[in-house]
Amino acid sequence: MAKNTGSSKFRKVDVDQYDEDRFVDDVTEGGDEGGPNENKYQDALLLVLQNAPIGSKNQAVKDRATNLLVRVLTSFKGDIDQCVKSLDGKNVDMLMKYIYRGFEMPTENSSAVLLTWHQKVFAVGGLGSIMRVMTDRKRV
Amino acid sequence: MTDQSPRILQVEPKILLGTFFSVKSSKFSTLLHRTYPTEQELNMSEKHNFGIAPVTCHSFNKDRSCVALSLNDSNVKIYKKSGPKWQETDTLSEHGQRVTGIDWAPESNRIVTCSADRNAFVWMLEGGKWKQVLVIPRINRAATCVKWSPRENKFAVGSGSRLIAICYYDVENNWWVSRHIKKPIRSTVTCLDWHPNNVLLAAGSTDFKCRVFSGYQKEVDEKPGPSAWGSKMPFGNLMAEFSNGGGGWVHSVSFSPSGDKVAWVGHDSSVSVADATMSNQLTVVKESFLPFMSITWVTENSMVAAGYDCNPIVFSYSGGNITVGAKLDQPQEKQSGNISAMNRFKNLDRKGTGTDTATDLKTQHQNTITQVSIHTGTKNDASKVATSGVDGNLILWDLKSLESSIQGLRIS
Repeated sequence: MAKNTGSSKFRKVDVDQYDEDRFVDDVTEGGDEGGPNENKYQDALLLVLQNAPIGSKNQAVKDRATNLLVRVLTSFKGDIDQCVKSLDGKNVDMLMKYIYRGFEMPTENSSAVLLTWHQKVFAVGGLGSIMRVMTDRKRV
Repeated sequence: MTDQSPRILQVEPKILLGTFFSVKSSKFSTLLHRTYPTEQELNMSEKHNFGIAPVTCHSFNKDRSCVALSLNDSNVKIYKKSGPKWQETDTLSEHGQRVTGIDWAPESNRIVTCSADRNAFVWMLEGGKWKQVLVIPRINRAATCVKWSPRENKFAVGSGSRLIAICYYDVENNWWVSRHIKKPIRSTVTCLDWHPNNVLLAAGSTDFKCRVFSGYQKEVDEKPGPSAWGSKMPFGNLMAEFSNGGGGWVHSVSFSPSGDKVAWVGHDSSVSVADATMSNQLTVVKESFLPFMSITWVTENSMVAAGYDCNPIVFSYSGGNITVGAKLDQPQEKQSGNISAMNRFKNLDRKGTGTDTATDLKTQHQNTITQVSIHTGTKNDASKVATSGVDGNLILWDLKSLESSIQGLRIS
């Protein structure tokens, strides 16, 4: 039997730590533990939307970002309408992408919350934003 | 059959009568096509119906007395206008598969057609009969669209084999020669439009990009002067390439009348304009509407786009800003109450049901609009545009009278 001479240490190197999208994880700490301030939820939402790992090929990173966003949405307190209206077109489309992604991996109670959000986002973004979820290759 | 017969017996005699009539009327409809303009709509739009099959594509002749269209099959039908109706005069049936593109050259009165059978034909009227010449674009996938150049000395065919074939007539060999533009197209070419200088060609593709190429042919073209897109234009040269950042297939592309701007629409519900005079500045609007299938400029600053919303919308562009204008189809108040006998038979013919269904759209087009073309005027100053769609309708929109009647509609 040939002896395994090469070191396999390199396989255990966590390449993800160099992924620029990794900071999404840090947002979790900051955004979630910041306190139950209404304003903070909106900030957290914006942060996640703006730092969406759409360019990443790493599905784990994308899943983490989605879980984080769903967490933000489910714990959101305050006026959803107002929050959605304050987003610009790009972020509305991004939020719609996350909502559909959230539907793909349901957790307890998440679907009901996402449906509420879907209704509000649809009122602002219209059918166009759903079209862009379906056509865009840069998925979340 | 035996299990069918009791069911028929249960059907009301009225309905059976209706079915009988609907068969008759659909036969009739292939001979003489009906138009139903209501009085309110008469000035602003004219609706022409060509049966229940989708109108794949249409093209008018120079004086707009004839239209060539394909009803989603391998035939091209020529209709002549007689009074308010369109009378079928010819059927061009040389293609083996679905016709995907028709373009009627206004000056030379030649029709070019392309099809999923990978061939193109140039049709010429000789002694009252349409004679065809086969053009082989040398492609191994379906042809998707075809466009005469403005001077009508060549045409371009887009195809699924990731290339554009520029075809010109070689007098010595009595043959249409095809040259290919291949790089850097990475997917099906879905739409084309020629620049007014007869050399540059805009192409949209399913790789989400809109590109401007040089279609210069030294055999038939004079050396072009410099344009806003560049001064060197060897054949096949990529002059510009645009992506609007989204993932939508490009459905339609159009050069502005001056040729300095190019507009395109994609399946991500976007309208984009690139302006060569402002160092190829790209402007994109992504709104709440459904995707557009077709776009054309109607003045130097205004465009009409139409698609899955079944309603043409005017857009205007000025200095790096696109504004969404009014919809051309303003919903009319539907008359309610009892359904008339005529409508009843019309519904039986179209939908197989006698009752007035609630599935009717409020717009005049009852299904996706697939093509917008200029009917009267030029791209510089269009007064009427034509739209055709999956519902088998061809509708003419009078922009001038619409502009005066719709609030907020300004076409400048």
